[in-house]
Amino acid sequence: MGVNPDIRIKVCMGPAGIATGGADVIDAFKNELHRKGIKAFIGKQCSMHKVGCFGLCAKDVLVTVLINGHKTIYEYTKPEMVPRIVKDHIVEGNPVVEWTVGDDFHNFYRKQTKVVLSDCGEIDPEDIDAYIAVAGYEATRKVLTSMTPEETITIIKDSGLRGRGGAGFPTGLKWEICRRKQSQQRYIICNADEGDPGAFMDRAVIEGNPHSVIEGMIIGAYAIGADKGYVYIRAEYPLAVERLTKALDQARQYGFIGNNILGTGFHFDVKIKLGAGAFVCGEETALIASIEGKRGMPRARPPFPVESGLKGKPTVINNVETLANIPYIIRNGADWFSSFGTERSKGTKVFALSGKVKNTGLIEVPLGISLKEIIYDIGGGIEGEKRFKAVQTGGPSGGCIPAKLIDREVDYESLAEVGSIMGSGGMVVMDEDTCMVDMAKFFLSFSQAESCGKCTPCRIGTKRLLEIVERITSGKGKEGDIETLEELGQDIRATSLCGLGMTAPNPVLSTIKYFRDEYEAHIRNKKCPAAVCKELLTYSVLEEFCNGCSACKRICPADAITGKRKQVHKIVPDLCIKCGTCFEVCKFKAIMKW
Amino acid sequence: MEKALEKILATYRKEEGTIISILQDVEKTFGYIPESAVNWFSKKLNIPASCFYGVITFYAQFHLKQRGKNIITTCRGTACHVRGSERLFNRLLTDLAIPPHEDTTDDKEFTVESVACIGTCSMAPVVIINKKVLGKMRADKLIKEVKRLASKRKCNGRKS
Repeated sequence: MGVNPDIRIKVCMGPAGIATGGADVIDAFKNELHRKGIKAFIGKQCSMHKVGCFGLCAKDVLVTVLINGHKTIYEYTKPEMVPRIVKDHIVEGNPVVEWTVGDDFHNFYRKQTKVVLSDCGEIDPEDIDAYIAVAGYEATRKVLTSMTPEETITIIKDSGLRGRGGAGFPTGLKWEICRRKQSQQRYIICNADEGDPGAFMDRAVIEGNPHSVIEGMIIGAYAIGADKGYVYIRAEYPLAVERLTKALDQARQYGFIGNNILGTGFHFDVKIKLGAGAFVCGEETALIASIEGKRGMPRARPPFPVESGLKGKPTVINNVETLANIPYIIRNGADWFSSFGTERSKGTKVFALSGKVKNTGLIEVPLGISLKEIIYDIGGGIEGEKRFKAVQTGGPSGGCIPAKLIDREVDYESLAEVGSIMGSGGMVVMDEDTCMVDMAKFFLSFSQAESCGKCTPCRIGTKRLLEIVERITSGKGKEGDIETLEELGQDIRATSLCGLGMTAPNPVLSTIKYFRDEYEAHIRNKKCPAAVCKELLTYSVLEEFCNGCSACKRICPADAITGKRKQVHKIVPDLCIKCGTCFEVCKFKAIMKW
Repeated sequence: MEKALEKILATYRKEEGTIISILQDVEKTFGYIPESAVNWFSKKLNIPASCFYGVITFYAQFHLKQRGKNIITTCRGTACHVRGSERLFNRLLTDLAIPPHEDTTDDKEFTVESVACIGTCSMAPVVIINKKVLGKMRADKLIKEVKRLASKRKCNGRKS
């Protein structure tokens, strides 16, 4: 170990890091460093940090140990591994090689380009000084002290940044329209009501680097001429709320928000508004209604919020990721940002990669990358060497893209062309064990439950769609059902009031388009090819594999399994409720479903 | 109860709150929204009770009935769904004998609910038991956890 070593330990405390025991690992490090006088030996050179999401959540808890700039990353860290890491690595300087990350980890990062996430997982999200140390708030200073609002808008327009919430409206243009609207009062709102099932980008950004979002808001407010801002955030994200509240307090203390910011005479403050659990509130007019304390129901547009929004005043609503891009664009310039991406979609996009892929986690890629590169190079391919079937993007508003289109590049237009959307960034990978009809049913039941009920096509239409799909998955589908779904879907898409209704049929229409044969198998043969739809399944015991361990018999909730210990068991079909638990617990693969 | 409501009213006035912020505070204080609380605020603020109920029934966060001591939430996000969260949910309903169309056991010990997505998709399927997030859940593991909670309830019962 060198003289005057600078040792830093960073423990992932993102959502998955915490859930897999990140706090226990931190405690273990603290205890271990205090014990045996190790702390005295290392002195003050060793510091502990909790950081936001590293990205590769599948391998949590991830721990980075930095000694004199040399970085070692440990995966699957457990508290009981800490003493050895401290002794071998921190004290003696020999990393515990067998616990460090392997090729998977490096492949995961190789094709990524980090802009929004560049400081996420590196800095302590609860410490404003850590953010300032990596050039944080420099963009704010630059904009407020040396640029006019118009110049600021021009940079954002030139960068080509488009809304990252899903619709992809050019951010600079949105700001410009709002600024041009005559008014004494304007507002900026950060939309952190990330409701898409299967998406956790915004959560990770706020938890990993809340100051970048605040900075984006300050710059946006200055550009449009707003003195008040709101962050509308889901109450289901308590940690994000906590870190954001802390970050706002610190920013206030340091004079980045409040009155007379940096002595420029510009006033701006931010309030947090907690969502109360309604997916439709991600729609901008519904979000405004909810901030005003009303039922979050959308209204017809125009007028758009940039003209008449919160309390009837011009209001800009930007998504978390959009805002988090702003400070980086200001610091590095429009040309730098637009050097990433494609002709019409500039920059990078954060995706939450999950489902049946090996490396699940949070990724940031330049737009224009192919789905194949994301799933195979970054994601490491399909888990358990199964066959890749489809990838779902855009959550309940998006669609399923089949394996044959895997070379598609990812940008706003190219995904829309194949019947999906880029959406806010959820990307759920499906393998041969996923039933596409069941998938359509899943998203429909979500949209149907979350429909606010204001307009008829969405309220009644999604209900009818769901009824038909439910009928198909329970083996009661009939000829003509597919055509009815298509027709009804088109009607709902054309006539709904807001984005929720207009996009709700997408999961059904896209699965019919690419997986019509699966629908037909359900309707004509009364079979679910992927063996998912409960009513169409039969469970039975494969006699040659069953060794009579009785694990299935003990767990069966319906007492439908008979057989003596060490003898072949049987499933009584009349009693079986097809819950699938026996299939899950059998270690000998002796339960078959078909 | 009156005291708690007065406090919520004071915050509402100070922070320029809304119906939603009042209801969030009530839910936080009592664990659900008692009818009497709605009537109290309705009178104090001269806002019809129907406006409160409109908001309560619109948002998933508000509950009009008392909830169980133990709250088990299964995530029903896409990633969890693909990995079998529906089976877990149904198993809980059967094992805890939750009455049909209800979410809470008759003895008010357990509430079983689902949430759209909690954003820990990499650990799917996820179940939250009393605010503790448990990832990569399986039916047998889940039943063990529930049994542990249920036995705790019996022990406590004997003591008191």
